[in-house]
Amino acid sequence: MTVTTAVDPAAASGRQADKVTPEFEAEIDEIVSHYPVSMRSASLPLIHYWQNHFGYVDDSGIEWIAARLDLRPINIYELVTFYPWFRREPAGKTIIRVCRTLACAMAGSYAVKERFCAAVGLDPHEEHHGYGSAPPTTPDGRFSVEFVECLASCGSAPVALINNELHERISPEAVSDILERYQ
Amino acid sequence: MSGKPFVMPAPHPKERRIIFENISKPGYDTTIETCLAHGGYESLRKAVTMKPAEIVDVIKASNLRGRGGAGFPCGAKWGFIKHDDGKPHYIVVNADESEPGTFKDRYILHYDPHQLVEGLAISAYATNTHLCYIYIRCEFPEAASIVWNAIQAARAKGFVGKNILNSGFDVEIYVHQGAGAYICGEETSLLESLEGKRPYPRIKPPYFPAVLGLYLKPTIVNNVETICHVKHILRLGATEYAKMGTPGDGGTRTMCVSGDVISPGFYELPAGAVTLGELIFDICGGLKPGRKLKAVIPGGSSAKVMRADEVFKIKAKNSEGKMVDKEIRMLDVVMDAASLASVGTMVGSGGVMVMDDSREMVWVLNNLNQFYANESCGQCTPCREGSLWMSKITSRMLDGGGTTGDPKALKSVADNIAGRTVCAFGEACSWPTQSFLAKFPEEFEAVASGNKTAQRE
Repeated sequence: MTVTTAVDPAAASGRQADKVTPEFEAEIDEIVSHYPVSMRSASLPLIHYWQNHFGYVDDSGIEWIAARLDLRPINIYELVTFYPWFRREPAGKTIIRVCRTLACAMAGSYAVKERFCAAVGLDPHEEHHGYGSAPPTTPDGRFSVEFVECLASCGSAPVALINNELHERISPEAVSDILERYQ
Repeated sequence: MSGKPFVMPAPHPKERRIIFENISKPGYDTTIETCLAHGGYESLRKAVTMKPAEIVDVIKASNLRGRGGAGFPCGAKWGFIKHDDGKPHYIVVNADESEPGTFKDRYILHYDPHQLVEGLAISAYATNTHLCYIYIRCEFPEAASIVWNAIQAARAKGFVGKNILNSGFDVEIYVHQGAGAYICGEETSLLESLEGKRPYPRIKPPYFPAVLGLYLKPTIVNNVETICHVKHILRLGATEYAKMGTPGDGGTRTMCVSGDVISPGFYELPAGAVTLGELIFDICGGLKPGRKLKAVIPGGSSAKVMRADEVFKIKAKNSEGKMVDKEIRMLDVVMDAASLASVGTMVGSGGVMVMDDSREMVWVLNNLNQFYANESCGQCTPCREGSLWMSKITSRMLDGGGTTGDPKALKSVADNIAGRTVCAFGEACSWPTQSFLAKFPEEFEAVASGNKTAQRE
């Protein structure tokens, strides 16, 4: 159940499905066992597990998951491209998701996002287009920064989810201190 | 969050903490030992000595309404499930909290997961359900582990799993994570998502998953807070619980206040205990110095906006019990389901968003329009295209490219979405545009005609 977004450098090249280990398969079996009525229900958790392990889901991953669940690749592909969380290409080691929606915007999240982008060297106006693409990422692969919709923490706006950690009441001045922790 | 201890401020005298009672105690943590030391799972012990139908009757008598947004009576929903229909039943907890302005479930999941697990075990027993899923949005990664650990701890103590508390009843609970889509908060979309399909909301009828739900079997979908209330209703008794609220809207309701107030946060209040004015000025400390109240969205971003200087004409009972016409100011509107409905908006998910006179309404609406344009699932044409058009028009207005026809065009697009889609997202995305245009026409006209430069981020 632990969720990590770190990219495993050893696994980041070549076909991902060739790097599946018995331990990995045992984890997959455990996840599938949570869905005794229909294996297909394990689609989302398997994509999550795959992306957490490999950093993204390549075509071999889509095919592997589909085969494991007795589905066709399109059944997995249409999920990977629908949900904003999933991607078919690598993202940064640290993913900064700044909340864009009303309470955070009123509290200055646009300025906070610009500051994050400036600090890591990304264009603040570059958008994340979804459909399985990775959010804007620095060339060295260390950081991705994107706007996301409401993170459900409007009382402590503005907020950002950095990897698995929620940062609240972020002032633009605090951005460099926050980034120190992810060097 | 992230392991930091959570300190809740002392309760306001109007607050009545039931759901947040334990969370507000110093030193309360998510371990089962702490939970048991605070009377945890006592309601479940009581439940398994009762007949399931008795529990459903207690929930009906408590007047508990769903806390997710639609406000459907919980007991009635459970009543749709026939105990002896020979079919498997499922309960799915909607922990996909994503309505802008709403942030109560986040704290329950992170700081008192056992409350949810206990409420869920009772709910399962009451509806003869042996398999439950808690659908948590993946933007709460810590919550997913915390809740999963709580389920495992409860299993080790015999509260979850086979033959719970030697009652002969089995229940399994699993955590299922979403993947960043707002639409999955819509209950039939959530079920499609849980079935592993592309999460397009289902065509209605049937209107209730209790008829055809998960795997096309009778299913209860309830919000996190709703399921937590179940445990407290058994503890306090239906009468005592119902007394806290208004007729037809029992118990406490957590109001989440955000935006331009001194003390934003969530406040657990008996339903109907305060007016909007008391909530903003007494409980949340009022506005920032020198600012005036301009607008309030009272029930999550999809609820219709209210204008601060508005006077509503409503029907109310006079001292002799007769219905008479009455005028009421916005700040005097009582924060319960019926009162907010009577002034043309809704209590929804309890997300109160406050805007002061520094906010321009075209900018606010554009922010919400972008939200809906990004989150439309794309199944129905009016919503998929219309939400994007509305967002493009308000964006263009903000960029100085407004034309005098824009307000009319916006209204026309919104009017052609509501009522023409498979799910309530159509209403959710058109109500902001319709209500902002109706309440603040002068601002939209000024920006549209180029007489005013709109604010940018």
